[in-house]
Amino acid sequence: MAGPRTLASSDDLALVERLRAGDERAFMTLVERYQPAMLRIARMYVSTTAVAEEVVQDAWLGVLKGLDGFEGRSALRTWIFRILVNIAKTRGAREARTLPLSSVWTPDPDAEHAVELDRFLSGHDRWPGHWASPPATWETVPEDRLLSTETFRRVAEAIERLPDNQREVIRLRDVLGWSSQEVCNALDLSETNQRVLLHRARAKVRRALEEYLAEGAT
Amino acid sequence: MNCRTLVELVTDYLEGALGEEERAEVEAHLAQCDGCTAYLEQIRTTIRLTGHLHKEQIPPEAREPLRRIFREWDAGRSASDR
Repeated sequence: MAGPRTLASSDDLALVERLRAGDERAFMTLVERYQPAMLRIARMYVSTTAVAEEVVQDAWLGVLKGLDGFEGRSALRTWIFRILVNIAKTRGAREARTLPLSSVWTPDPDAEHAVELDRFLSGHDRWPGHWASPPATWETVPEDRLLSTETFRRVAEAIERLPDNQREVIRLRDVLGWSSQEVCNALDLSETNQRVLLHRARAKVRRALEEYLAEGAT
Repeated sequence: MNCRTLVELVTDYLEGALGEEERAEVEAHLAQCDGCTAYLEQIRTTIRLTGHLHKEQIPPEAREPLRRIFREWDAGRSASDR
């Protein structure tokens, strides 16, 4: 994929050194960090959770066996997920699923609107497509409400409800803080598709927040 | 550019994926539209709040098989070194 690559960090290189030296704790550190995301992503390619678990285990073994080939030309996590996705794809193809595999990260072709269309003026001669009911500023929402447990519960819930591909992209980007480049490289996903998935995901989380924050505003 | 178009460009805008001309149009629109300015601010807040979510934990029972994979790999390669 084109574009600048994220190189391995010094933390990455130190971890790889420790793995090569047989340090189990270094391995378990990586497991803690990436296992949950790896499992969910593997699950998108194969038919059952049990198979996804096997795929992830195969991926970890692939990581260990491939350590000598890791040259630090990508971030360690990018390299790990790349191995995972390759194994998951192969396994998914072997299962001969009816879904074409390229569809895993392809956004649903049905149009989705970031904002409900009835919030815009239509057929208005002067301002078609402009806000009929504009969003309220959140700058006046008290910080202790904005950062409350309930707010985070709503955000988590909204993410949970997303289609798999939107959910995994927003998690990697906005929960875990990966760059778009890394996500594209790790998941073998085009930048355009990544942006569409991220756009749809963020729009839905925003909507859930808007709904929740409006509840207390009156 | 109208508001309905702008909200669909917000991610491309934040990702730096717009061409220069389109970017200038977005900024010109934002400069005179409170609704879209609020929308963009809401999206930024959404990103910030999402960033506060807890990372998921791996269940303890899921650790054991992975530990085993590591130990077998480690034992296997020292055996072949000998």
